[in-house]
Amino acid sequence: MTNAPGQDLDSLYQEIILDHYKNPLHAGLRDPFEAEVHHVNPTCGDEITMRVHLDGGVVSDVSYDALGCSISQASCSVMADLVIGKPVEEAMAIHESFLTLMQGKGQVEPDEDVLEDGIAFAGVAKFPARVKCALLSWMAWKDATTQSQGHSESQPQEAQHG
Amino acid sequence: MIEGLLPQLDIVRKDFPILERTLAGGLPLVYLDSANTSQKPQVVIDTMVDHLERHNANISRAMHQLGAESTEAFESARDKVAAFIGAPRRDEVIFTKNASEALNLVANSLAWATGDLAVGPGDEVLITEMEHHSNIVPWQLLTERKGATLRWFGLTDEGHLDLSTIDELITERTKVVSFTWVSNMLGTINPVAEITRRAHEVGAIVVVDASQSAPQMPTDLAAMEPMERPDVIAFTGHKVVGPTGIGVLWGRGDLLAQLPPFLGGGEMIETVRMEGSTYAPIPHRFEAGTPPIVEAVGLGAAVDYLGELGLGAVRDHEHAITAYALDGLATVPGLRVLGPLDAAERGGAISFEVDGVHPHDIAQVLDARGVAVRAGHHCAKPAHARFGVQSSTRMSSYLYTTPAEIDALVEALEYTRSYFKLG
Ligand SMILES: Cc1ncc(COP(=O)(O)O)c(C=O)c1O
Repeated sequence: MTNAPGQDLDSLYQEIILDHYKNPLHAGLRDPFEAEVHHVNPTCGDEITMRVHLDGGVVSDVSYDALGCSISQASCSVMADLVIGKPVEEAMAIHESFLTLMQGKGQVEPDEDVLEDGIAFAGVAKFPARVKCALLSWMAWKDATTQSQGHSESQPQEAQHG
Repeated sequence: MIEGLLPQLDIVRKDFPILERTLAGGLPLVYLDSANTSQKPQVVIDTMVDHLERHNANISRAMHQLGAESTEAFESARDKVAAFIGAPRRDEVIFTKNASEALNLVANSLAWATGDLAVGPGDEVLITEMEHHSNIVPWQLLTERKGATLRWFGLTDEGHLDLSTIDELITERTKVVSFTWVSNMLGTINPVAEITRRAHEVGAIVVVDASQSAPQMPTDLAAMEPMERPDVIAFTGHKVVGPTGIGVLWGRGDLLAQLPPFLGGGEMIETVRMEGSTYAPIPHRFEAGTPPIVEAVGLGAAVDYLGELGLGAVRDHEHAITAYALDGLATVPGLRVLGPLDAAERGGAISFEVDGVHPHDIAQVLDARGVAVRAGHHCAKPAHARFGVQSSTRMSSYLYTTPAEIDALVEALEYTRSYFKLG
């Protein structure tokens, strides 16, 4: 079957995105962590619970439980894989770069050295309704990381499940 | 040939100029999002333009010819709406901004009511798990503010109200029962007469959200048995081929007259002194400030248009298209419809899931083929939670929907499955 002539679906659904969607990296919630956040996309109901563990200024783990579309799931997988093991400052710079790409209406040229698999989302920026999907996990990560930094002096907490 | 379709459907479609347009890549528009908002016939557009071009003035307070014409147009829209729902009295029709405002008007006025109508600790407000957020949140606010209790009907697996608990839910403590006539997510048509009768037996006020029923089924309040007639109904103009910015609250006259005002301001008063004011009789008592005049005039043209087609014929059309759509959707592997599977029990909104593809992704691929549907929770999160899903895809037909458009939907769903390599 041929693709629809109208919109370029393939620019949105890059192979890399579909791969991450089918096999998300770093999924699941893990201990230890300093902060856990829950973010939702109020328009579509997509949800994510995310934990961040910092260790000596380095993003030591990002773990999550997410419900959502291919774009939001794949974006979360790519993000976690990009930031884990990076110093917080560098991870924040990657975040900034991804944000710029997403808000660029398709006019921003992504830097593969910084964003790696994240460049696959360049096409998403041309679909305004989907930008929020791509950003959900990134916003959750920033929130959790900022909260974790507030906790950096204290001990990591254990999950409070039975 | 499918039975029950509107006669001369191709001519009816010509009344809706937007249906002629094409989308990116020259694709024809297949608009299956009418439960979200309906398209507008030329006569509604023309009536509004004509009002703005020739009759524009504020109403009631302008003592000149244009003021008189504008007032006349606005008030005759009220007559048309009253006829559309079979209102026993024209002054029982209140114009609001939309259905949400109409429902908030009732819930807020009840929060301020004293005497018999007052809601307080020990009192209960009863809603259902299939409500639109607009018929949940105002009642949560009311019961939270007044220390009353909010209760609700659950749903059966088939998407009907679970009425087996009706004796426990409708009791002497019940002050208000508010529920939707037709669900915007499950499509279910609820037994308004039966629930209303039970609620009236315990003296409760019955509020019916008619946002999805008014567009597609005849409403004849005057013809209903008084015991089975709701005390209040609310609907929104933009779903009955009218413009946005205008909604309708109909309420039993003696109830409305007892309710304290909602918004204060111009038009809603009888006299104002610095020490205090007295209020105008209904409907103006609930229409503070300059109303959406041209929107009301447009709504008048819209309900006239529907009246000329005949709501019975519109219902038959919706029924035929819905049955055809349910059959078509059943051929898509891995597709599960949420809500009743018998077209006789439902309206024209069909929400569904497809194994292995998220609703957002379905809607995106469909859109790329010109098929406009809605994906998400459709402002009915509790109903989705009840069925263990976070979101769904919804197709919703209307009087201008053709079987060929349903075929296009089914074909596009097949394409979606192949695009996501689901075999
Ligand atoms: C059942 C139901 N109730 C209420 C509403 C709210 O309508 P509006 O957003 O126009 O106030 C809608 C539509 O969105 C609806 O489908």
